[in-house]
Amino acid sequence: MTDDVLTQAFVYLCAAVVFVPIAKRLGLGAVLGYLLAGVFIGPYALGLVGTEGHHVMHFAEFGVVMMLFLVGLELRPALLWQLRRPILGLGGAQVVGTIALVGGAAMALGVAPKPALAIGMVLAMSSTAIVLSTLSERGLLKTSGGQASFSILLFQDIAVIPILAVFPLLAASGATTAVSQGEGRPGWLTALLVIGSVSGVVLSGRFIIRPMFQFLAAVKLRESFTAAALLLVVGIALLMQVVGLSPALGTFLAGVVLADSEYRHELESDIEPFKGLLLGLFFISVGAQIDFALIVDAPATIAGIVAGTMALKLVVLYAAARLFRLSRAARWLVAVGLAQIGEFAFVLLSFGLQNRIFTDAIASPLVAAVAISMVLTPLLFVALERWILPAVTDTEPARPHDTIEHADTPVVIAGYGRFGQIVGRILRANRIPCTVLDLDPEMVDILGRLGIKVYYGDASRLDLLRAAGCDLAKLFVLAVDDRAECTRIAEEVRKHFPHLLILSRARDRPHYFDLRRLGVASVHRETFASAYEMGIEALRKLGYRNHTAHRLARRWRDHEEREMEELAQLQTADRATYLDRMRRALDEAERLMRDEDPVVYEERDAAWDNESLRADQHPDAAAQNPVSPDETA
Amino acid sequence: MSPRRVLVNFAHPVLERSRVNRRLLEAIRDLEGVTVHDLYEAYPTLHVDVAREQELLLSHDVIVFQHPFYWYSTPALLKQWQDHVLEHGWAYGAGGTHLRGKLTFNALSTGGPGVAYSHDGYNRFTIRELLAPWDQTAYLCGMRFLAPFVVHAALRVRGDEDVATARGAYRRLIEAVRDDRLDLERAAAAATLNELDTTTPEAAR
Repeated sequence: MTDDVLTQAFVYLCAAVVFVPIAKRLGLGAVLGYLLAGVFIGPYALGLVGTEGHHVMHFAEFGVVMMLFLVGLELRPALLWQLRRPILGLGGAQVVGTIALVGGAAMALGVAPKPALAIGMVLAMSSTAIVLSTLSERGLLKTSGGQASFSILLFQDIAVIPILAVFPLLAASGATTAVSQGEGRPGWLTALLVIGSVSGVVLSGRFIIRPMFQFLAAVKLRESFTAAALLLVVGIALLMQVVGLSPALGTFLAGVVLADSEYRHELESDIEPFKGLLLGLFFISVGAQIDFALIVDAPATIAGIVAGTMALKLVVLYAAARLFRLSRAARWLVAVGLAQIGEFAFVLLSFGLQNRIFTDAIASPLVAAVAISMVLTPLLFVALERWILPAVTDTEPARPHDTIEHADTPVVIAGYGRFGQIVGRILRANRIPCTVLDLDPEMVDILGRLGIKVYYGDASRLDLLRAAGCDLAKLFVLAVDDRAECTRIAEEVRKHFPHLLILSRARDRPHYFDLRRLGVASVHRETFASAYEMGIEALRKLGYRNHTAHRLARRWRDHEEREMEELAQLQTADRATYLDRMRRALDEAERLMRDEDPVVYEERDAAWDNESLRADQHPDAAAQNPVSPDETA
Repeated sequence: MSPRRVLVNFAHPVLERSRVNRRLLEAIRDLEGVTVHDLYEAYPTLHVDVAREQELLLSHDVIVFQHPFYWYSTPALLKQWQDHVLEHGWAYGAGGTHLRGKLTFNALSTGGPGVAYSHDGYNRFTIRELLAPWDQTAYLCGMRFLAPFVVHAALRVRGDEDVATARGAYRRLIEAVRDDRLDLERAAAAATLNELDTTTPEAAR
């Protein structure tokens, strides 16, 4: 339709700029926005892009490669080693299980065994691009479910290598096999090339790439660094293609190798924008590829393939996650998140066609089904977050709350993470018994193994607070991470145990004000004390005497604390008063900083300052006129 | 005249292990017109709030320093308190007239027996001699320095009954100075305030 590159770029960018913000605003996520944009400009809607969509998609697949490079950069080798169990176990179970079930289903529907097996392999893949970007967009990547999803995706990427190797063997007998990768090479040579290039990537990461970046960083040419970063990714992708490995896997490996190099962050920020744009482009082209004509022709077939495949994948994923003892929420995240069929399926389907494993009659509906399942994924994530996760997290927690027997300690601690533990350890060191509650099952287990009894439970629940002995306790140490959770617990304790003195951690100033308004007696901003210590250290490093640095900082702190208290009292006042007071507080703080106004800092430091004493000729003036007894009476 | 307002600046770094001072403090805590100011509780890091301390001094007429007699002197915080609060130009020197006319004395406990604090004893000096810096400080600030109230042999105290007499005497002394029933001439000249009989108003006179 339009072969002019600029026009095409204009169309794609326009679609992205219009649809992505709208989708995000509606809570559907950026990925769905891109996909819808693709549908909109695709041949079946506006028709602004046509057959060249395939080329665009091929080009844009490079975004996936870049994403895996970035994922690799985040993963140090040690961390990867830690994940070996979920990668091999969970990933293996998912791939093998899905191949068996989907292949079996295909055979039941009358497909011959060999193509059925191939279809199983194709449909076992999930979409790395969609899942990883959706997980990180929604902040779920670091959760246990997110880590498990990542492990499975990584295994799938690795599994592509043997699958590509097996495909020619599945070809219908007598067909000429067209092996696009590793053409005409004997098996041992391919194996050797694979091992050689992988170790080449690892070794060059250590001995060539790092010195190269060192040199470029020394030259201080921003563009050449960016170019080198791109060159690295492109080069490795190319190398992998030549030896028949997945480019994504190769760059992932390179990322891991460079994960603990000093240039990690520069590489990240250089590649990130390219990745974002290319991935967007990729999603748009997926959207544009959906063959609506085919869908209209056989809606039931396509719908059946999509629903059937996703249901089977979901079952396998859930079972595998359960087998590996993931929490209920994590199981659902993995199962729903990875149920779609991924972009590798496009590659495998065309490879299968080349090898004559199956015909167009099978491949075409599958291509449509893959695209539709990808479009459904962001919607499924929305459903997962709105309905499924709240349901499985709240009504049936991953583990029942512990029962607490006869807790009658003077102190109850809610939240035993890095904050609560310090408070608890100081108390324990002084033989003060504490009843400790925490909602992180891992933390509870680890501490249990260290011999510290921590009860698993939600401290905002009244029955649990009772059981923890809040009726008899004197002190309630509130040290949970989550701000909303913390405020809720404080409210509950204030309401039901008004006698209990609460010491609470606050995330920041607004949280401090919230807690003070609730009547929490003592609130500590979580980073204040260490920042304060560092401020003193900074003064010392600038040449202040240790004791002087401490005194100056303490004086500032007194001022700051008074200010906080006054502002906390004012929070309830009307907005105008509050803003006025705030402005004055800022003025005052600034006045404190100014050298020429020594009043606040200097006036009270006459004790050891003998300048005024030096000037005073008669410091004993009062003594020279002793007071008469009458005066004292 | 209206009763004098009494400020007891109290300094003991480990009050929970105190034998004498804790009990003395209990004896006067509830007295009307008496402010007990626990310095170690207020300034755990020895960072004295000068403005607040000076306000307290201004709003009282009698300043008592109650403390154990560590190394023939006071616990460290009281010295810190002096260094910071008694500023030049405020407590003494040009314009330093804010403390003028106030009464002051030390109420202290010693580990050793009373006989040790004599020229023949192993401590070689009397309590009053050892308190010379406080005497002179009060003098420079224009305050009237009275004899100390002393409880000896704190290390031998086992229970409440060992301090019962001293408690009663301390409470009566504080009441007497508050209500102006103390003969200031004698109080300034005596070796210790314990010698003065404060059991009745007449006796005090």
